[in-house]
Amino acid sequence: MMHARPAPPASAGAMNLIASLLEQRTGQQIAANRTWRIETALKPVLRELQLDTLDQLATRLVTDQKADIAEKVVDALLNQETSFFRDNGVLDMAVSALTAFQAENPQRRLRVWSAGCSTGQEPLSLAILAHEHDIKGGGMLPEIVATDISPAALDRARAGLYSQFEIQRGLPIRRMIDWFDGEGNEWTAKADLVRRVRFRKHNLVSDPPPPGKFDIVLCRNVLLYFSLALRRQVFETLAAALRPGGLLVLGAGETVIGQTDAFAPSDRYRGFYQRLDRNAAPQAPAEPTHRLPKATGIL
Amino acid sequence: MKTCLVVDDSKVIRKVARHILETLQFEVREAGDGREALDSCLASAPDVILLDWNMPVMSGMDFLRALKDSGLSQKPKVVFCTTENGMAYIRAAIEAGADEYVMKPFDRETLESKLQIVGVA
Repeated sequence: MMHARPAPPASAGAMNLIASLLEQRTGQQIAANRTWRIETALKPVLRELQLDTLDQLATRLVTDQKADIAEKVVDALLNQETSFFRDNGVLDMAVSALTAFQAENPQRRLRVWSAGCSTGQEPLSLAILAHEHDIKGGGMLPEIVATDISPAALDRARAGLYSQFEIQRGLPIRRMIDWFDGEGNEWTAKADLVRRVRFRKHNLVSDPPPPGKFDIVLCRNVLLYFSLALRRQVFETLAAALRPGGLLVLGAGETVIGQTDAFAPSDRYRGFYQRLDRNAAPQAPAEPTHRLPKATGIL
Repeated sequence: MKTCLVVDDSKVIRKVARHILETLQFEVREAGDGREALDSCLASAPDVILLDWNMPVMSGMDFLRALKDSGLSQKPKVVFCTTENGMAYIRAAIEAGADEYVMKPFDRETLESKLQIVGVA
């Protein structure tokens, strides 16, 4: 019986080239102790391109300038780990904040940006919660804009397609009955749910924020892959997207402290960061329960 | 320490579930069918039951009905854990009184998230 010989380890040059491509396109860095991820994540790409080694792939990237090969490599390297109702307490707090914002100004439609939404579980979870909590500023459910850099992830999010494994992680069964159809390994979010979220491609490093001001921006477990300099830059983008008093939600291991003066920890929503009005006279940051001055231009 | 009763006629599934549950700090008891499970519950009610659907002697659905009629003062949470993965089965299980539903195969994260949802993890 023939046994396939294991592929020789990739050269440092090939690893560096692939890691540089990822950083150049997305800003994301792969830590030196996590380069094994490159080999694991790129196995399907090697199979698809009928290549045996990462060195061969690196050569193809240099010699064959087709954009789709580089895009496939970048897409495969992005960490798309997510689940429905991930860190449920965080989403519950976001809903509490939206409820408070609505009480402050019932006529205004609220806006949420899910930045780095991967395959859509976070914005769909929020859409379900907004429905259940009847958050209807201005008589409408919040506008939820969800962005990601990966076209493949966004295609799946727009289609609302999930495997049995994905549908089970974090999604309570009654919500699954209400909002999904399917069987076996193929589950689909109902059209009525998917259309509550506007999915679009967006690069946090190079694109301006989506137009208009948001009340809450969720950017969880994205910035940890960026260098400090890039994080500082992205904090400015996120700050520009939020109205003063709006809230930034980061992942559990992420913080703004020591990295930007655009945000301060929220006193009311533990773990959230409040967008400061840097043009305003120095004063204690306003919490969402206070009416914002019209001069902010976002009402 | 919370107690979980794993009800499944497959020794392999019981072993896998036990391993995961013990890493989640549960005390684990086992039963090979619905009748054994009912006896176990009447002797001492667990906090949560991981329940297979198709079993000899007494099925998961028959066990659920019997548990409902058992007069136990404190009803354990019931998480169906089965290869039946169609919406009709899921609806039937929830209507019969199950609290959650896991489709096999499952992993640690799935099981942990379901146990959190029913409030025992």
